Amino acid sequence: MIDVKNLSKSFNGVTVLNAVSAHVNIREKIVVVGPSGSGKSTFLRCLNLLETPDEGEIRFDGELITAPRYDMNKLRQKMGMVFQHFNLFPHLTVLDNISLAPRKLGLMDAAAAEKRAKELLEQVGLADKAKEYPNMLSGGQKQRIAIVRSLAMNPRVMLFDEPTSALDPEMVGEVLSVMKKLADDGMTMVIVTHEMGFAREVGTRVLFMDEGSILEEAPPEVFFDNPKNPRLRDFLSKVL
Amino acid sequence: MAAFQEGFYRTFINNNYYKVFLDGFRATITIAVFAVLIGVSIGIILAVIKVYNHRTGKMKIARLFAELYVTVFRGTPVIVQLMILYYLVLIDIKSGVIVAVIGFGLNSGAYVAEIVRAGIMSIDTGQTEAGRSLGLTELMTMRYIIMPQAIKNTLPALFNEFITLLKETSVAGYITVIDLTKAADLVRSRTYQAFFPLISVALVYLIMVVGLTALQGVMERKLQKSDRR
Repeated sequence: MIDVKNLSKSFNGVTVLNAVSAHVNIREKIVVVGPSGSGKSTFLRCLNLLETPDEGEIRFDGELITAPRYDMNKLRQKMGMVFQHFNLFPHLTVLDNISLAPRKLGLMDAAAAEKRAKELLEQVGLADKAKEYPNMLSGGQKQRIAIVRSLAMNPRVMLFDEPTSALDPEMVGEVLSVMKKLADDGMTMVIVTHEMGFAREVGTRVLFMDEGSILEEAPPEVFFDNPKNPRLRDFLSKVL
Repeated sequence: MAAFQEGFYRTFINNNYYKVFLDGFRATITIAVFAVLIGVSIGIILAVIKVYNHRTGKMKIARLFAELYVTVFRGTPVIVQLMILYYLVLIDIKSGVIVAVIGFGLNSGAYVAEIVRAGIMSIDTGQTEAGRSLGLTELMTMRYIIMPQAIKNTLPALFNEFITLLKETSVAGYITVIDLTKAADLVRSRTYQAFFPLISVALVYLIMVVGLTALQGVMERKLQKSDRR
């Protein structure tokens, strides 16, 4: 579904991604782990072109999305993204946060978008928050709504950029359980995270990135129980 | 007391002078309202151009134009700008009011541009990224996500500008407009009474500014709904 070839990116002369290649199949749950500054967030942000790669190719359903003049807005409608800091729109109610994009992009009329938003809120147990503003919610609630906001576009892939890193520990579980449910429903997902338990339980494949390269790539059992790369072993010994 | 009544009578009643004041008031309001509309429109466009260029490096020529615009209109006195417009540029427009609307609007645009630019820069880039990641275009993201938050943050500075503009229209008399101030001056020069014309127009300006301040309060409270925690 997503095919990445020799992706490179540098910021002000510092190489963040060094000829990264990867593949995401439909319904796969790819988990990307690695130390901070390893390039995993940049890798994820390149997939929906929030960062423009310097070199390399990305194909989505066979289409070359890194081609100049590619319609990135259409691409992003099919690729949901969830951020570390939620990035809800503080001036809009929860309901409007969710229904804004489908309405303004003409995918649904106002009534249909509202109905869909309410259904989605119901699914994550936040139907009673529809009329509230984001500032009144806890971090875990905000992140669940951010997930729902992306889902309202009916994306084919969901990208998660450290979705639980900014949360208080007691709120991590509620967000992970929403993500797990999404995974069980068959969503294709690419997840950058430090939650190793989640990676093991939900991931179909785990990628280890360090210094802008993918150093290991394996199913979770192999990845965690039988790591080959010495740097991965070192990393796992520190985080597990 | 008799002298007081006499002054009031000669300033407002005699020769229907109150009509001069009313016409002046109308001119002042017309100039201020339309100039604000023009100023805000120009200001938002210039601010968006500047921020867009700052973040993407694109639209370089437009940014240079925006910078030149702000430099020129902030760098010269508004009276001089009005007179240049009236006597040199828009010589075919005979109505001083229309020239004043254009002149004050162009001038205010330069100030509003800087205010709105600061407002846009104060919004976290995560807001733009969230909008764009949903597939919204650059323009939609600006219109529905960034601008409402930016305007809210800059409301006090914007109203400062509106109040300044309203009072600055009092120099429109330089290009033959009979605004509120000029009306007072005309009546004063005919009646040899200074007290009533000047004090009464001062009060009218004050009341208008107090009204604007009240409007600002209403708007701020409305926009702060989302701030309750």
